[in-house]
Amino acid sequence: MSLYRDEGVVLRTHKLGEADRIVTILTRRTGKVRAVAKGVRRTTSRFGARLEPFTHVDVQFHTGRTLDVVTQAETLRPYGERLAADYPRYTAGSAMLETADKLTVAEKEPALRHFLLLVGGLRALTDGEHEPRLVLDAYFLRSLAVAGYAPALETCARCSAEPVRAFAIVAGGVVCGDCRPAGASVPAAETVALMLALLRGDWASADASQARHRTECSGLVAAYLQWHLEHGIRSLRHVERV
Amino acid sequence: MYEGVVQNLIDELGLLPGVGPKSAQRIAFHLLAADPADVKRLAHALLEVKDKVRFCRVCGNVASEEDCRICRDARRDLHVICVVEEPKDVVAIEKTREFRGRYHVLGGAISPIDGVGPDDLRIRELMTRLADGQVTELIIATDPNLEGEATATYLARLVKPMGVRVTRLASGLPVGGDLEYADEVTLGRAFEGRRLLDV
Repeated sequence: MSLYRDEGVVLRTHKLGEADRIVTILTRRTGKVRAVAKGVRRTTSRFGARLEPFTHVDVQFHTGRTLDVVTQAETLRPYGERLAADYPRYTAGSAMLETADKLTVAEKEPALRHFLLLVGGLRALTDGEHEPRLVLDAYFLRSLAVAGYAPALETCARCSAEPVRAFAIVAGGVVCGDCRPAGASVPAAETVALMLALLRGDWASADASQARHRTECSGLVAAYLQWHLEHGIRSLRHVERV
Repeated sequence: MYEGVVQNLIDELGLLPGVGPKSAQRIAFHLLAADPADVKRLAHALLEVKDKVRFCRVCGNVASEEDCRICRDARRDLHVICVVEEPKDVVAIEKTREFRGRYHVLGGAISPIDGVGPDDLRIRELMTRLADGQVTELIIATDPNLEGEATATYLARLVKPMGVRVTRLASGLPVGGDLEYADEVTLGRAFEGRRLLDV
């Protein structure tokens, strides 16, 4: 019998059979793990709310033939409890979980930076210091950077020239007048500055930004993310602005 | 592998939830050995359920007529509506015999990750029911999980400005369990919702 223990964030759950669930957990050391939580849907289950999405858990698995089995779970931080009570934050958090799930393609392949980023993102979202959509966009930009898709925001993505004029998803960021491909958008300079602030964690500048630049930034970041993921993030359609 | 029709039956039964290949085979042979009248009754019941059952136009519960049995019952309290996710939740609450109001079945819970948003549920129909001002209390009885809680938050935000009292079913320790096995969220909720022992 092989047991192993790790800590992780529950990304999503699927119903299995009468009272079980398959839980997808992004763990610190093992990476993404899909495991069966037996009897978790019964009201008398000893797991209770510990294996709900958003929960940061200390969990023990038993290695199975196809799927591992959760044998014990302890809550470290129940982020879901706070998020479910605030609808805009809940929708933003759902988009975070879905992105983390899509960006960590292979199971059981360590993804420490993705894990740390997700925990940081959920903490920022529950703390409530910043607008949820800003936290979400910061998470998107940084998780893309971790995955190797950081957008170029200061110099032209193609020739490194300055000044830049447009934002082209296909080119991988901002582009100069000479490299600008057809269909590139021309965002306000403040929007590009906001994206840079979010990518770097400069919250003072990000919080001071105007609503129209935030909206433009969200649109560009969402399009950029979905282009690189090669499929849509379903939760994004439901993310609510405050 | 069996003769065509028997295998066909086994394959069809195997599509049902919770029925594996072995169970499907056992049920198929049970039906083969059963009295033809019993089998006919079962076949009739299956066809009838697809033919006659529809969703109540008021509350969305399963019904055999335009309105379900509960919505037709004049003795039920018109001032209280209990919101649930699925028709089977109506049955669970009816079994308690504690609730005498009417229901509203949403048809699920808000789950952005599965692509289910407020527009995919019967929330607009609920708003229409509340618009006439007859309802004074809305009891939200969605599942006590993340999606259920988020749906409750969304509904409360939407309904409160209408002047309707919005309540949520209590959550806490299950009857018959041990305290030491209760998780932190459940135990926390139980503390929050503790009540005065009036003896």
